[in-house]
Amino acid sequence: MVNTTIDLGRGLVLRNPVMTASGTFGYGEEYTDFVDLAQLGGIIVKGTTLHAREGNPYPRMAETPSGMLNCVGLQNKGVQYFIDTIYPRIKDFDTNVLLNLSGSTLEDYVQGAEMVSELEKIPAIELNVSCPNVKQGGMAFGVTTTGISQVVSEVRKVYHKHLMVKLSPNVTNIAEIALAAEAAGADSVSLINTLMGMAIDAEKRKPKLSVITGGLSGACVKPVALRMVWQVSKAVKIPVVGLGGISNATDAVEFMLAGASAIEIGTANFIDPAVSAKVAVGITDYCERFGFQKVTDLIGALEC
Amino acid sequence: MKQITDFRLVEKQDFGRSVMLRLRAKHALPSINPGQFVQVRVDGSPSTYLRRPISIHDVDLQQNEITLLVQQVGEGTRHLAAAEVDDVINMVLPLGNGFTIPEKNDKVLLVGGGIGIAPLFYFAKVLSEKGIKPTMLLGGKMKSDLIRLAGYQQFGQTFVTTEDGSLGEKGFVTMHSVWQRDGFDRIYVCGPKPMMKAVAKLAASKGTWCEVSLENLMACGLGACLCCVEDTVEGHVCVCKEGPVFNTRRLKW
Repeated sequence: MVNTTIDLGRGLVLRNPVMTASGTFGYGEEYTDFVDLAQLGGIIVKGTTLHAREGNPYPRMAETPSGMLNCVGLQNKGVQYFIDTIYPRIKDFDTNVLLNLSGSTLEDYVQGAEMVSELEKIPAIELNVSCPNVKQGGMAFGVTTTGISQVVSEVRKVYHKHLMVKLSPNVTNIAEIALAAEAAGADSVSLINTLMGMAIDAEKRKPKLSVITGGLSGACVKPVALRMVWQVSKAVKIPVVGLGGISNATDAVEFMLAGASAIEIGTANFIDPAVSAKVAVGITDYCERFGFQKVTDLIGALEC
Repeated sequence: MKQITDFRLVEKQDFGRSVMLRLRAKHALPSINPGQFVQVRVDGSPSTYLRRPISIHDVDLQQNEITLLVQQVGEGTRHLAAAEVDDVINMVLPLGNGFTIPEKNDKVLLVGGGIGIAPLFYFAKVLSEKGIKPTMLLGGKMKSDLIRLAGYQQFGQTFVTTEDGSLGEKGFVTMHSVWQRDGFDRIYVCGPKPMMKAVAKLAASKGTWCEVSLENLMACGLGACLCCVEDTVEGHVCVCKEGPVFNTRRLKW
């Protein structure tokens, strides 16, 4: 019997290391025909901002080799709508429900975090300082050490539950950014958000996305994500949550060996809506096969 | 309830640019409304990462069968069209909301253009099972676009237009003489967007209720990724989850 429990600190305990990434799993409700949510460590619901956002115009998606670009642009109905309408529907899911919180100003982040902290059944926020798709999507905060220090320390003052900070890969040294988040009071960091990219329709001589650039995700980003998780986990002491192209249990194990304490499944949910639960089972199988008593034994167990 | 199911290809008919795939599951299928769609996984095509949304052309629940008409438009659909009998094809289904079922005495017109005729087959079949005889108006660029025409004709009077005049009246569906006849209570449209907009405009000019089936680029097909949005009077909504069928009053057309 493998112990799959992961304690990420400050009250966030996962029954297994598998969570679903924000923006790829809706509010969980969209997937209950395919996945028993009780088989997951947690779900991270759609990126939410203090005020409602309509997002970017269509087209918002372009398929790329082994991946996809999106420029959804944080379409959501705002924190208050989440609290009034969505939270009552999902609060009793038998898994950790985390909210991904984004913003365009420091005040938005702080006010949003204060409102979310009142929600008893939301044990953690994933602070999105890395959305590449809106002009003020927080990425301004996420790409400099001073920016990230500022937003994390201000949110930390008002938010006393687990604060996970989602990092952008669109930086020169992600370990420095992670260290700044840690120093400012983050309880964990999750990485990577999407890589900035672009796609062109040569026949029409036009960009494929309405706002020209977008965020790249899917299997194609996995080697980049794995490298960054490895670099960050060597630099920080707080837990690292790994994501980026994880499509099966082997991918998930690789992230844990590189130093991740937990993982998120993103774009793979689109291809196999049942993949998250399969990954959870597969991680346990891996532990049994190699005689690991507990899943935490995998964290950073890379031999090199 | 939605399911992820492996189907075996039991029959394939080649229509040139399109193919008909009749697919059988081992287990019982959920009930399926006309106008709903499937997300097909395209195996063995490296450049095809995402599933492909395809409308449901026909359903046989007794045989656990779904039939798709697949038009080859890119790598993914080309690969699907190359499937051979006994190949296994994985689908997520049924997705989205279907057409609104009309009242028993409504006079119904189904308008299809190009491969957009596909979902109207199952819709016409369900209507005829309910004792409603739809009138159908199907348009294509040329005769060869109007596949399985005899199949449609068994469910109701079927009119045809082709752009080159090789079958039926020459021109677009909006130019057909059927529009000069008595009015319809409900008009349902599936086809290329410019064609649907033209029919919607015609319907609006007559004050007729009208539903259209949209086809936007999709990733998840479940309402999670928010990629396939249409701008409506209520703001951006997912075509996959809120649609693909919309009353034209909801759209900013």
